[in-house]
Order: sequence, then structure tokens, then C-alpha cells
Amino acid sequence: MSEAVAMHAGAEPAEAPLTPESWGKLGMWLFLAGDAMSFGGLIVGYGILRHASKTWPVPSHTLGINLTAVMTFLLIVSSVTMVLALAAIQEDDKRRFKKFMGFTILGGLTFLGCQAYEWTHLIGHVLPEHNLSFTKDLFATTFFILTGFHGMHVTGGVIYNSAVLAAVSRGRYQAKHVEIAGLYWHFVDLVWILIFTFVYLL
Amino acid sequence: MPSVAHSAAHSTAQYIKIFYILLALTILEVSIVYTGLPRMFLVGLLVILAVWKAALVAMHFMHLKFEKTLLSIVAIVPFVLCVFLILMLLPDIFPR
Repeated sequence: MSEAVAMHAGAEPAEAPLTPESWGKLGMWLFLAGDAMSFGGLIVGYGILRHASKTWPVPSHTLGINLTAVMTFLLIVSSVTMVLALAAIQEDDKRRFKKFMGFTILGGLTFLGCQAYEWTHLIGHVLPEHNLSFTKDLFATTFFILTGFHGMHVTGGVIYNSAVLAAVSRGRYQAKHVEIAGLYWHFVDLVWILIFTFVYLL
Repeated sequence: MPSVAHSAAHSTAQYIKIFYILLALTILEVSIVYTGLPRMFLVGLLVILAVWKAALVAMHFMHLKFEKTLLSIVAIVPFVLCVFLILMLLPDIFPR
């Protein structure tokens, strides 16, 4: 961070031009803004379909929110290990970085495992009991599209984080690259916080 | 200002603090679902809690609080557009 300190050492202009190291962050933020609109469209669409439906199963009865509360917890923890990994690499402590980045990846994989179990359980047992299924009714269809779209993002994040871990280990990536990967990972966590509320709790 | 906020020892403690707040809010969310509050009240409360949690993640983990205003503007655009989307669809949500 020493060069960043040097850059900010002078008078801080009210609206300083972007520093070279912030271009990557801006790029990721622009991507995330677009991605947020995809999720926003899906969530708003879900809300309108649900509002317009005469009947809608109570999610907390059908979906079982205890497992998903644990999944929410997992993603929050993996977000924390991600920022701790960033703090470690900023201090040039590669060993601690690898440990925390490993935990982050593990958290993502465990989340995906839970989701695979949840889907299997829903498709095999719960949904048939309620006479619901994908493409047959709006409840199941919107559920699988929303959680599936998010699950793909988690999968992408796990691959991304693994690539960053490998690149840092080989000395090709530095703290700024980790920070950009972190933005993506926290975004995935942030979206899950919203999905957890709108799809599972409400 | 940004360099102070990034000083590592300081921020690690801050990250842990945010983690506990997020954890507490999640437990609160799950427990109020079981309380059987009136539907309207429950929906309002859960939406506020979710937005609060999302804001904590964006401000602290994604460092928006310590970044240049430009990034916050980029981040806020999709939310403004989603509100706009809902407003534009209101005639369909509540026909006539």
C-alpha cells in the first residue's frame, strides 16, 4: 500500500482522477453493475409473478430455511475470510493469504454442496409432494432460475478465486488483483443475502 | 483518508466486527419469520434487514465507504434502475 499512501500524500483533490491501480476496480464494478441488473430483473420479475399468482406456497414450509440459513452463514464467513486474505496479501504475508484464500474457496465449495443437496432433496421429495415442479408452476420455476443463476455465479467465483490463488502462489498476481477478485466474491454474497430474504424468508 | 482506513490491523478488527453484525442480523431475520407477525410488518422488516446487510457488505467488504465517489455512483445505478423498473411495471402489478 506504500505507493497508494504516496499517491494520496499530496492534497486530496475533491474528485481526483482514477489512479492507475483503480482501473481494474472500475472495470469490475461496471461488470457487477450489469450483473446486478440481471439479478434485479430476475428478482423483480419473481416479485411480480408472485404478486399476480392466486396461490403461492409458503416458502418457509416448502423450502426449509434452516439449511439455507446455514448456507447464508457460509457465504458470510467466506466473505470475511476473503477480506482477511486481502489484508494478508497487502501485508505481503503469502502464507496467511493462502490459508484464508483456501478457506474462502472451501466455503464456496461447501455452499455448492449444500445447494446440490437442497436441490436433490427438493426435486426428489418435497416438490412432488406439493405437486410442484420446474416449468410446471411459477413457484418452482422462479426458484430454480434464481438460485441456479446465483449458484452459477458461486461456481464462477470458486474457479476465479482458485485461479487467483494459483497466480499469487506463482508470484504473477499481487494485492490489487486479489482486491478485484474480492469485489466479485462479495457481490455474490450480497446477492445471496437478497435472494435469501426474497425467495426463502418472505 | 483511504490509506488510514486500509491500515491492516485496524481493518481486520473492523472486518470481524462487521461479521458479528451480519451474523446477528441473519439470526434475527430467521427468528422473526417464526414469530407470526402481521404479514405487511414482517415483509417491511425483512426487506429493511436485507438492505441493511447488503449495504454493510458493500460499504465495508467491498470498501465503497473508503473509495472514490465514482465507484459508489456505478454501484448505485442498478438499484435506481430496479426501482425504476418496479415503478414502470406498477400499472401491471395493480391493474386499473
